[in-house]
Amino acid sequence: MDISFALTGKGYVIVAADTTAARSIVKMKVDEDKIKVLSPHLLMAYSGEPGDTVQFAEYIERNIRLYHIRNTYALRPPSAASWIRRSLADSLRSRRPYAVNLLVGGYDTSTHTPHLYWIDYLGTMSEVPFAAHGYGAYFALSLLDRYHDPEASVEEGLATLRRCLDEVAKRLVVTPEKYKVKIVDKDGVREVEI
Amino acid sequence: MNSFLTRYSSTTPEADIRKAKELYGEDDDVSEMIWGSAGGFGNLAKGVPTFKVPAVPDPTSFLRMHTDDHADPSCRIKIKHGTTTLAFRYQGGVIVAVDSRATAGSYVASGTVKKVIEINPYLLGTMAGGAADCQYWETYLGMQCRLHELRNRERISVAAASKYLSNLVYSYKGMGLSMGTMICGWDKTGPAIFYVDSDGTRLRGDLFSVGSGSTFAYGVLDQGYRWDLTDEEAQELGRRSIYAAGHRDAFSGNTVNLYHVKQDGWQFIGNYDISELHYNGPGNVPGAPGGGYGYDVRVAGRSSANAPEDQ
Repeated sequence: MDISFALTGKGYVIVAADTTAARSIVKMKVDEDKIKVLSPHLLMAYSGEPGDTVQFAEYIERNIRLYHIRNTYALRPPSAASWIRRSLADSLRSRRPYAVNLLVGGYDTSTHTPHLYWIDYLGTMSEVPFAAHGYGAYFALSLLDRYHDPEASVEEGLATLRRCLDEVAKRLVVTPEKYKVKIVDKDGVREVEI
Repeated sequence: MNSFLTRYSSTTPEADIRKAKELYGEDDDVSEMIWGSAGGFGNLAKGVPTFKVPAVPDPTSFLRMHTDDHADPSCRIKIKHGTTTLAFRYQGGVIVAVDSRATAGSYVASGTVKKVIEINPYLLGTMAGGAADCQYWETYLGMQCRLHELRNRERISVAAASKYLSNLVYSYKGMGLSMGTMICGWDKTGPAIFYVDSDGTRLRGDLFSVGSGSTFAYGVLDQGYRWDLTDEEAQELGRRSIYAAGHRDAFSGNTVNLYHVKQDGWQFIGNYDISELHYNGPGNVPGAPGGGYGYDVRVAGRSSANAPEDQ
Protein backbone atom coordinates (compact mmCIF):
# COMPACT_ATOMS: atom_id res chain seq x y z
CA MET A 1 0.00 0.00 0.00
CA ASP A 2 1.48 3.29 -1.05
CA ILE A 3 1.68 6.24 1.28
CA SER A 4 1.61 9.89 0.30
CA PHE A 5 1.54 13.15 2.24
CA ALA A 6 1.25 16.79 1.27
CA LEU A 7 1.10 20.04 3.17
CA THR A 8 0.97 23.75 2.46
CA GLY A 9 3.02 26.48 4.08
CA LYS A 10 3.77 30.16 3.51
CA GLY A 11 3.93 30.29 -0.28
CA TYR A 12 4.60 26.62 -1.02
CA VAL A 13 3.26 23.10 -1.12
CA ILE A 14 5.34 20.07 -0.11
CA VAL A 15 4.36 16.75 -1.68
CA ALA A 16 5.89 13.46 -0.49
CA ALA A 17 5.33 9.91 -1.68
CA ASP A 18 7.05 6.66 -0.84
CA THR A 19 9.20 5.11 -3.57
CA THR A 20 8.34 1.44 -3.38
CA ALA A 21 6.55 -0.45 -6.12
CA ALA A 22 5.20 -3.65 -4.61
CA ARG A 23 3.44 -6.66 -6.08
CA SER A 24 1.87 -9.00 -3.55
CA ILE A 25 4.43 -9.30 -0.74
CA VAL A 26 7.41 -8.51 -2.98
CA LYS A 27 9.07 -5.13 -3.42
CA MET A 28 9.68 -4.93 -7.20
CA LYS A 29 11.42 -1.56 -7.12
CA VAL A 30 12.59 0.79 -4.35
CA ASP A 31 13.24 4.05 -6.21
CA GLU A 32 10.04 4.64 -8.16
CA ASP A 33 9.09 8.32 -8.50
CA LYS A 34 5.34 8.58 -7.90
CA ILE A 35 5.15 12.39 -8.09
CA LYS A 36 4.63 13.84 -11.56
CA VAL A 37 5.53 17.40 -12.49
CA LEU A 38 2.51 18.41 -14.55
CA SER A 39 3.51 21.98 -15.32
CA PRO A 40 6.05 24.56 -14.07
CA HIS A 41 4.02 25.11 -10.88
CA LEU A 42 2.02 21.91 -10.50
CA LEU A 43 2.75 18.56 -8.82
CA MET A 44 0.69 15.39 -8.61
CA ALA A 45 1.35 12.42 -6.32
CA TYR A 46 -0.51 9.29 -7.42
CA SER A 47 -1.21 5.95 -5.77
CA GLY A 48 -3.64 3.07 -6.09
CA GLU A 49 -4.18 0.11 -8.42
CA PRO A 50 -0.89 -0.90 -10.09
CA GLY A 51 -1.06 -0.25 -13.81
CA ASP A 52 -3.91 2.24 -13.55
CA THR A 53 -1.73 4.70 -11.67
CA VAL A 54 0.93 5.29 -14.31
CA GLN A 55 -1.53 5.07 -17.22
CA PHE A 56 -3.76 7.71 -15.67
CA ALA A 57 -0.91 9.95 -14.48
CA GLU A 58 0.66 9.99 -17.96
CA TYR A 59 -2.70 10.72 -19.57
CA ILE A 60 -3.10 13.71 -17.24
CA GLU A 61 0.50 14.83 -17.70
CA ARG A 62 0.22 14.87 -21.51
CA ASN A 63 -3.14 16.65 -21.59
CA ILE A 64 -1.95 19.36 -19.19
CA ARG A 65 1.15 19.75 -21.40
CA LEU A 66 -1.07 19.94 -24.50
CA TYR A 67 -3.09 22.73 -22.91
CA HIS A 68 0.13 24.60 -22.16
CA ILE A 69 1.38 24.25 -25.77
CA ARG A 70 -1.95 25.25 -27.32
CA ASN A 71 -2.50 28.27 -25.09
CA THR A 72 1.10 29.27 -24.31
CA TYR A 73 0.21 29.45 -20.60
CA ALA A 74 -0.34 26.65 -18.13
CA LEU A 75 -3.64 25.79 -16.48
CA ARG A 76 -3.83 27.32 -12.99
CA PRO A 77 -3.97 24.88 -10.06
CA PRO A 78 -7.71 25.17 -9.26
CA SER A 79 -8.64 24.63 -12.92
CA ALA A 80 -6.14 21.82 -13.39
CA ALA A 81 -7.45 20.06 -10.26
CA SER A 82 -11.04 20.44 -11.45
CA TRP A 83 -10.16 18.97 -14.82
CA ILE A 84 -8.26 16.08 -13.25
CA ARG A 85 -11.17 15.34 -10.93
CA ARG A 86 -13.59 15.40 -13.84
CA SER A 87 -11.38 12.96 -15.78
CA LEU A 88 -11.46 10.56 -12.83
CA ALA A 89 -15.21 10.98 -12.38
CA ASP A 90 -15.83 10.26 -16.08
CA SER A 91 -13.56 7.23 -15.83
CA LEU A 92 -15.50 5.99 -12.80
CA ARG A 93 -18.62 5.84 -14.95
CA SER A 94 -16.93 3.87 -17.74
CA ARG A 95 -16.67 0.12 -18.23
CA ARG A 96 -13.28 -0.07 -16.53
CA PRO A 97 -12.53 2.86 -14.22
CA TYR A 98 -9.10 4.00 -13.09
CA ALA A 99 -8.61 3.25 -9.36
CA VAL A 100 -6.18 6.08 -8.58
CA ASN A 101 -5.87 8.40 -5.59
CA LEU A 102 -4.21 11.77 -6.06
CA LEU A 103 -2.71 14.70 -4.23
CA VAL A 104 -2.46 17.72 -6.50
CA GLY A 105 -0.32 20.57 -5.22
CA GLY A 106 0.37 23.79 -7.08
CA TYR A 107 1.34 27.41 -6.73
CA ASP A 108 -0.87 29.98 -8.40
CA THR A 109 1.54 32.64 -9.71
CA SER A 110 -1.21 35.17 -10.38
CA THR A 111 -2.71 35.15 -6.88
CA HIS A 112 0.50 34.14 -5.07
CA THR A 113 -1.36 31.34 -3.32
CA PRO A 114 -0.40 27.71 -2.86
CA HIS A 115 -3.19 25.20 -3.47
CA LEU A 116 -3.50 21.59 -2.39
CA TYR A 117 -6.24 19.20 -3.51
CA TRP A 118 -7.07 15.78 -2.09
CA ILE A 119 -8.72 13.60 -4.73
CA ASP A 120 -9.75 9.95 -4.40
CA TYR A 121 -10.58 7.30 -7.01
CA LEU A 122 -14.32 8.03 -6.69
CA GLY A 123 -13.75 11.58 -7.87
CA THR A 124 -14.11 13.20 -4.47
CA MET A 125 -12.16 16.43 -4.39
CA SER A 126 -11.41 18.69 -1.49
CA GLU A 127 -9.09 21.67 -1.15
CA VAL A 128 -7.17 21.21 2.08
CA PRO A 129 -4.23 22.66 4.02
CA PHE A 130 -2.71 19.18 4.41
CA ALA A 131 -3.55 15.73 3.10
CA ALA A 132 -2.57 12.07 3.11
CA HIS A 133 -3.44 8.89 1.23
CA GLY A 134 -2.93 5.29 2.30
CA TYR A 135 -2.37 3.92 5.79
CA GLY A 136 -0.20 6.94 6.60
CA ALA A 137 -3.38 9.00 6.84
CA TYR A 138 -4.43 7.17 10.01
CA PHE A 139 -1.37 8.44 11.84
CA ALA A 140 -0.64 11.73 10.08
CA LEU A 141 -4.00 13.50 10.02
CA SER A 142 -4.34 13.83 13.79
CA LEU A 143 -0.68 14.80 13.96
CA LEU A 144 -1.15 17.51 11.30
CA ASP A 145 -4.31 18.78 13.07
CA ARG A 146 -1.97 19.40 15.98
CA TYR A 147 1.27 20.58 14.32
CA HIS A 148 0.46 22.05 10.88
CA ASP A 149 1.04 25.77 10.49
CA PRO A 150 -0.26 27.49 7.33
CA GLU A 151 2.40 30.20 7.74
CA ALA A 152 5.32 27.85 8.32
CA SER A 153 8.63 28.39 6.53
CA VAL A 154 9.93 25.64 4.21
CA GLU A 155 12.25 24.38 6.97
CA GLU A 156 9.37 24.21 9.46
CA GLY A 157 7.15 22.54 6.86
CA LEU A 158 9.80 19.90 6.19
CA ALA A 159 10.19 19.37 9.96
CA THR A 160 6.43 18.74 10.22
CA LEU A 161 6.63 16.31 7.27
CA ARG A 162 9.53 14.60 9.06
CA ARG A 163 7.26 14.11 12.09
CA CYS A 164 4.71 12.34 9.85
CA LEU A 165 7.33 10.06 8.30
CA ASP A 166 8.82 9.28 11.74
CA GLU A 167 5.39 8.48 13.17
CA VAL A 168 4.62 6.11 10.29
CA ALA A 169 8.06 4.51 10.66
CA LYS A 170 7.38 4.05 14.37
CA ARG A 171 3.85 2.65 14.26
CA LEU A 172 3.03 1.15 10.85
CA VAL A 173 3.85 -2.55 10.51
CA VAL A 174 5.17 -2.34 6.95
CA THR A 175 7.09 0.88 6.52
CA PRO A 176 8.41 2.28 3.27
CA GLU A 177 12.13 2.98 3.59
CA LYS A 178 12.41 5.94 1.25
CA TYR A 179 10.30 8.91 0.25
CA LYS A 180 10.56 11.28 -2.68
CA VAL A 181 9.83 14.85 -1.61
CA LYS A 182 9.06 17.72 -4.00
CA ILE A 183 8.27 21.35 -3.29
CA VAL A 184 6.42 23.79 -5.50
CA ASP A 185 6.59 27.54 -4.84
CA LYS A 186 6.89 30.80 -6.77
CA ASP A 187 10.18 29.66 -8.32
CA GLY A 188 8.69 26.41 -9.64
CA VAL A 189 9.26 22.81 -8.72
CA ARG A 190 12.28 21.37 -6.92
CA GLU A 191 13.14 18.08 -5.29
CA VAL A 192 14.56 17.92 -1.77
CA GLU A 193 16.27 15.18 0.20
CA ILE A 194 14.72 14.32 3.55
CA MET B 1 3.74 -29.73 57.37
CA ASN B 2 0.44 -28.19 58.32
CA SER B 3 -1.06 -29.01 54.98
CA PHE B 4 -0.15 -32.67 55.38
CA LEU B 5 -1.83 -32.74 58.77
CA THR B 6 -5.07 -31.27 57.49
CA ARG B 7 -5.12 -33.42 54.38
CA TYR B 8 -5.05 -36.70 56.26
CA SER B 9 -6.89 -35.76 59.46
CA SER B 10 -10.52 -36.78 59.83
CA THR B 11 -11.67 -34.20 62.38
CA THR B 12 -10.92 -30.82 60.78
CA PRO B 13 -13.45 -28.70 58.85
CA GLU B 14 -11.49 -29.46 55.65
CA ALA B 15 -12.09 -33.15 56.23
CA ASP B 16 -15.81 -32.52 56.62
CA ILE B 17 -15.85 -30.75 53.29
CA ARG B 18 -13.86 -33.60 51.75
CA LYS B 19 -16.35 -36.12 53.04
CA ALA B 20 -19.26 -34.05 51.80
CA LYS B 21 -17.67 -33.93 48.39
CA GLU B 22 -17.23 -37.67 48.32
CA LEU B 23 -20.90 -38.09 49.21
CA TYR B 24 -22.44 -35.50 46.90
CA GLY B 25 -19.78 -35.35 44.18
CA GLU B 26 -17.58 -32.40 43.23
CA ASP B 27 -19.49 -29.26 42.31
CA ASP B 28 -17.63 -28.09 39.21
CA ASP B 29 -19.16 -24.64 39.28
CA VAL B 30 -17.72 -23.74 42.66
CA SER B 31 -14.01 -23.25 43.19
CA GLU B 32 -12.34 -23.56 46.57
CA MET B 33 -11.55 -19.84 46.50
CA ILE B 34 -15.15 -18.80 46.78
CA TRP B 35 -15.99 -20.69 49.99
CA GLY B 36 -17.42 -18.33 52.56
CA SER B 37 -17.61 -15.38 50.15
CA ALA B 38 -20.11 -14.40 47.53
CA GLY B 39 -17.57 -11.74 46.62
CA GLY B 40 -19.90 -8.98 45.51
CA PHE B 41 -22.09 -11.29 43.44
CA GLY B 42 -24.47 -11.51 46.42
CA ASN B 43 -26.26 -14.74 47.13
CA LEU B 44 -27.53 -15.01 43.57
CA ALA B 45 -24.26 -16.52 42.41
CA LYS B 46 -23.44 -20.12 43.03
CA GLY B 47 -19.69 -19.53 42.99
CA VAL B 48 -17.29 -18.92 40.19
CA PRO B 49 -19.43 -17.54 37.39
CA THR B 50 -19.97 -19.63 34.30
CA PHE B 51 -22.06 -18.84 31.27
CA LYS B 52 -24.27 -20.84 28.97
CA VAL B 53 -22.86 -21.77 25.59
CA PRO B 54 -25.18 -22.31 22.60
CA ALA B 55 -25.95 -26.03 22.15
CA VAL B 56 -24.53 -26.26 18.65
CA PRO B 57 -21.40 -28.07 17.37
CA ASP B 58 -19.39 -24.84 16.91
CA PRO B 59 -20.51 -22.14 19.37
CA THR B 60 -17.93 -19.64 18.12
CA SER B 61 -19.12 -19.55 14.54
CA PHE B 62 -22.71 -19.58 15.75
CA LEU B 63 -22.02 -16.46 17.79
CA ARG B 64 -20.13 -14.80 14.95
CA MET B 65 -23.02 -15.50 12.57
CA HIS B 66 -25.32 -13.42 14.77
CA THR B 67 -22.92 -10.70 15.85
CA ASP B 68 -20.77 -9.88 12.82
CA ASP B 69 -22.19 -6.53 11.79
CA HIS B 70 -19.43 -6.11 9.16
CA ALA B 71 -20.53 -9.08 7.10
CA ASP B 72 -24.23 -8.66 7.79
CA PRO B 73 -25.44 -5.22 8.91
CA SER B 74 -28.85 -6.66 9.81
CA CYS B 75 -27.44 -9.25 12.24
CA ARG B 76 -29.54 -9.88 15.35
CA ILE B 77 -27.01 -9.02 18.07
CA LYS B 78 -24.99 -5.86 17.61
CA ILE B 79 -22.03 -5.78 19.94
CA LYS B 80 -20.97 -2.34 21.14
CA HIS B 81 -17.59 -1.50 19.59
CA GLY B 82 -15.50 1.49 18.69
CA THR B 83 -13.39 3.28 21.19
CA THR B 84 -10.27 5.21 21.88
CA THR B 85 -8.36 4.57 25.07
CA LEU B 86 -4.81 5.43 26.02
CA ALA B 87 -2.44 5.16 28.92
CA PHE B 88 1.14 6.20 29.37
CA ARG B 89 3.77 6.05 32.05
CA TYR B 90 6.06 8.96 32.80
CA GLN B 91 8.14 10.49 35.57
CA GLY B 92 5.06 11.53 37.57
CA GLY B 93 2.98 8.34 37.38
CA VAL B 94 0.45 7.06 34.87
CA ILE B 95 -2.04 9.04 32.77
CA VAL B 96 -5.16 7.20 31.65
CA ALA B 97 -7.51 8.88 29.18
CA VAL B 98 -10.52 7.48 27.31
CA ASP B 99 -13.43 8.66 25.21
CA SER B 100 -17.05 7.93 26.16
CA ARG B 101 -18.83 6.86 22.95
CA ALA B 102 -20.47 3.46 22.49
CA THR B 103 -21.54 2.54 18.97
CA ALA B 104 -23.55 -0.43 17.71
CA GLY B 105 -22.88 -0.50 13.98
CA SER B 106 -23.37 3.06 12.76
CA TYR B 107 -25.66 3.92 15.67
CA VAL B 108 -24.27 5.96 18.56
CA ALA B 109 -25.73 3.92 21.42
CA SER B 110 -24.37 6.10 24.21
CA GLY B 111 -22.17 9.13 24.72
CA THR B 112 -21.67 8.79 28.45
CA VAL B 113 -19.94 5.45 28.89
CA LYS B 114 -17.44 5.01 31.74
CA LYS B 115 -14.59 3.29 29.93
CA VAL B 116 -12.22 3.44 32.88
CA ILE B 117 -13.03 0.70 35.35
CA GLU B 118 -11.93 1.47 38.87
CA ILE B 119 -10.73 -1.94 39.99
CA ASN B 120 -9.51 -0.69 43.37
CA PRO B 121 -7.91 2.53 44.67
CA TYR B 122 -4.58 1.59 43.08
CA LEU B 123 -5.68 -0.15 39.88
CA LEU B 124 -7.50 1.07 36.81
CA GLY B 125 -8.64 -0.93 33.80
CA THR B 126 -9.65 0.51 30.44
CA MET B 127 -12.43 -0.71 28.23
CA ALA B 128 -12.21 -1.41 24.47
CA GLY B 129 -14.02 -4.06 22.49
CA GLY B 130 -17.08 -5.67 24.05
CA ALA B 131 -18.37 -3.34 26.78
CA ALA B 132 -20.00 -6.14 28.75
CA ASP B 133 -16.94 -8.41 28.58
CA CYS B 134 -14.63 -5.69 29.87
CA GLN B 135 -16.96 -4.48 32.58
CA TYR B 136 -17.75 -7.94 33.88
CA TRP B 137 -14.28 -9.45 33.84
CA GLU B 138 -12.53 -6.38 35.20
CA THR B 139 -15.01 -6.19 38.08
CA TYR B 140 -14.36 -9.86 38.65
CA LEU B 141 -10.63 -9.11 38.57
CA GLY B 142 -11.29 -6.55 41.32
CA MET B 143 -12.82 -9.30 43.50
CA GLN B 144 -9.81 -11.53 42.96
CA CYS B 145 -7.44 -8.67 43.76
CA ARG B 146 -9.27 -8.11 47.07
CA LEU B 147 -9.02 -11.81 47.89
CA HIS B 148 -5.29 -11.62 47.14
CA GLU B 149 -5.00 -8.77 49.66
CA LEU B 150 -6.87 -10.73 52.33
CA ARG B 151 -4.87 -13.89 51.76
CA ASN B 152 -1.42 -12.33 51.50
CA ARG B 153 -1.78 -9.17 53.64
CA GLU B 154 -0.33 -7.22 50.72
CA ARG B 155 -1.67 -5.37 47.69
CA ILE B 156 -1.48 -7.27 44.41
CA SER B 157 1.13 -6.07 41.93
CA VAL B 158 0.01 -4.68 38.58
CA ALA B 159 1.95 -7.48 36.91
CA ALA B 160 0.10 -10.16 38.89
CA ALA B 161 -3.32 -8.58 38.42
CA SER B 162 -2.84 -8.26 34.68
CA LYS B 163 -1.53 -11.81 34.45
CA TYR B 164 -4.59 -13.06 36.31
CA LEU B 165 -6.78 -11.36 33.72
CA SER B 166 -4.76 -12.54 30.75
CA ASN B 167 -4.82 -16.15 32.00
CA LEU B 168 -8.54 -15.85 32.54
CA VAL B 169 -9.36 -14.53 29.07
CA TYR B 170 -6.93 -17.00 27.51
CA SER B 171 -8.94 -19.84 29.04
CA TYR B 172 -11.93 -18.55 27.05
CA LYS B 173 -9.94 -18.13 23.83
CA GLY B 174 -11.95 -18.84 20.70
CA MET B 175 -15.27 -18.51 22.52
CA GLY B 176 -16.01 -15.01 21.36
CA LEU B 177 -14.68 -12.78 24.15
CA SER B 178 -13.65 -9.37 22.80
CA MET B 179 -11.51 -7.16 25.03
CA GLY B 180 -8.57 -4.84 24.58
CA THR B 181 -7.63 -3.44 27.93
CA MET B 182 -4.85 -1.68 29.77
CA ILE B 183 -4.34 -2.52 33.43
CA CYS B 184 -2.71 0.51 35.02
CA GLY B 185 -1.59 1.13 38.55
CA TRP B 186 1.10 1.80 41.10
CA ASP B 187 2.72 -0.98 43.11
CA LYS B 188 6.01 -1.70 44.96
CA THR B 189 7.89 -1.34 41.68
CA GLY B 190 6.35 2.05 40.86
CA PRO B 191 3.97 2.98 38.03
CA ALA B 192 3.10 0.18 35.60
CA ILE B 193 0.94 -0.44 32.54
CA PHE B 194 0.04 -3.77 31.00
CA TYR B 195 -1.84 -4.24 27.76
CA VAL B 196 -4.06 -7.33 27.89
CA ASP B 197 -6.37 -8.50 25.11
CA SER B 198 -8.74 -11.37 24.49
CA ASP B 199 -6.24 -13.15 22.19
CA GLY B 200 -4.23 -13.69 25.36
CA THR B 201 -1.59 -11.08 24.51
CA ARG B 202 -0.09 -9.41 27.59
CA LEU B 203 2.54 -6.70 27.18
CA ARG B 204 4.33 -4.45 29.67
CA GLY B 205 5.02 -0.99 28.27
CA ASP B 206 5.32 2.76 28.74
CA LEU B 207 2.70 3.86 26.24
CA PHE B 208 -0.33 2.19 24.71
CA SER B 209 -3.43 3.21 22.85
CA VAL B 210 -6.24 0.77 22.05
CA GLY B 211 -9.36 0.95 19.91
CA SER B 212 -10.55 2.11 16.50
CA GLY B 213 -9.23 5.62 17.15
CA SER B 214 -5.87 4.49 18.50
CA THR B 215 -3.87 5.42 15.38
CA PHE B 216 -5.12 9.00 15.61
CA ALA B 217 -4.29 9.16 19.31
CA TYR B 218 -0.82 7.70 18.67
CA GLY B 219 -0.18 10.44 16.07
CA VAL B 220 -0.45 13.14 18.74
CA LEU B 221 0.72 11.08 21.71
CA ASP B 222 4.00 9.78 20.25
CA GLN B 223 5.02 13.22 19.04
CA GLY B 224 4.37 14.91 22.39
CA TYR B 225 5.59 12.14 24.70
CA ARG B 226 8.72 12.44 26.90
CA TRP B 227 9.57 10.62 30.13
CA ASP B 228 10.19 13.91 31.99
CA LEU B 229 6.80 15.49 31.25
CA THR B 230 5.37 17.56 34.13
CA ASP B 231 2.01 16.47 35.62
CA GLU B 232 0.24 19.34 33.85
CA GLU B 233 1.90 18.61 30.49
CA ALA B 234 1.10 14.91 30.80
CA GLN B 235 -2.57 15.49 31.57
CA GLU B 236 -2.80 17.92 28.66
CA LEU B 237 -1.17 15.37 26.33
CA GLY B 238 -3.66 12.68 27.32
CA ARG B 239 -6.59 15.03 26.86
CA ARG B 240 -5.29 16.37 23.52
CA SER B 241 -4.68 12.84 22.16
CA ILE B 242 -8.18 11.60 22.95
CA TYR B 243 -9.56 14.79 21.42
CA ALA B 244 -7.61 14.02 18.22
CA ALA B 245 -9.15 10.55 18.03
CA GLY B 246 -12.62 11.82 18.93
CA HIS B 247 -12.31 14.35 16.13
CA ARG B 248 -10.98 12.02 13.41
CA ASP B 249 -12.56 8.65 14.27
CA ALA B 250 -16.32 8.37 13.71
CA PHE B 251 -16.59 5.61 16.32
CA SER B 252 -15.00 7.66 19.10
CA GLY B 253 -16.08 10.93 20.63
CA ASN B 254 -18.49 12.76 22.95
CA THR B 255 -16.33 13.28 26.04
CA VAL B 256 -12.88 12.62 27.48
CA ASN B 257 -12.39 11.01 30.89
CA LEU B 258 -9.00 11.67 32.42
CA TYR B 259 -7.32 9.86 35.32
CA HIS B 260 -3.93 10.26 36.95
CA VAL B 261 -2.33 7.41 38.94
CA LYS B 262 0.23 8.45 41.55
CA GLN B 263 1.96 6.71 44.45
CA ASP B 264 -1.08 7.09 46.69
CA GLY B 265 -3.56 5.72 44.16
CA TRP B 266 -5.55 7.02 41.25
CA GLN B 267 -7.27 10.36 41.02
CA PHE B 268 -10.06 11.39 38.65
CA ILE B 269 -8.99 14.61 36.93
CA GLY B 270 -12.06 15.45 34.91
CA ASN B 271 -14.59 14.96 32.16
CA TYR B 272 -14.26 17.15 29.05
CA ASP B 273 -16.75 17.56 26.20
CA ILE B 274 -14.92 17.07 22.88
CA SER B 275 -16.94 19.75 21.03
CA GLU B 276 -16.11 22.11 23.85
CA LEU B 277 -12.42 21.18 23.54
CA HIS B 278 -12.65 21.78 19.78
CA TYR B 279 -14.00 25.31 19.99
CA ASN B 280 -12.93 26.61 23.41
CA GLY B 281 -10.33 24.24 24.81
CA PRO B 282 -10.40 22.65 28.26
CA GLY B 283 -10.93 25.96 30.04
CA ASN B 284 -8.75 27.20 32.84
CA VAL B 285 -6.78 24.00 33.31
CA PRO B 286 -3.07 23.91 34.14
CA GLY B 287 -0.97 22.79 31.16
CA ALA B 288 -3.46 23.81 28.48
CA PRO B 289 -2.25 26.41 25.98
CA GLY B 290 -5.60 28.25 25.99
CA GLY B 291 -8.03 28.35 23.08
CA GLY B 292 -9.69 25.53 21.16
CA TYR B 293 -7.88 22.42 19.97
CA GLY B 294 -9.62 22.49 16.55
CA TYR B 295 -7.41 23.04 13.50
CA ASP B 296 -9.65 25.75 12.06
CA VAL B 297 -9.90 27.39 15.46
CA ARG B 298 -6.14 27.25 15.98
CA VAL B 299 -5.19 28.71 12.57
CA ALA B 300 -8.10 31.15 12.19
CA GLY B 301 -7.04 34.22 10.21
CA ARG B 302 -3.73 32.74 9.05
CA SER B 303 -3.00 32.26 5.34
CA SER B 304 -0.47 30.50 3.13
CA ALA B 305 -0.64 33.16 0.41
CA ASN B 306 2.62 35.10 0.02
CA ALA B 307 1.93 38.06 -2.22
CA PRO B 308 4.97 40.36 -2.47
CA GLU B 309 4.86 43.30 -0.03
CA ASP B 310 4.85 46.01 -2.74
CA GLN B 311 1.55 44.93 -4.29
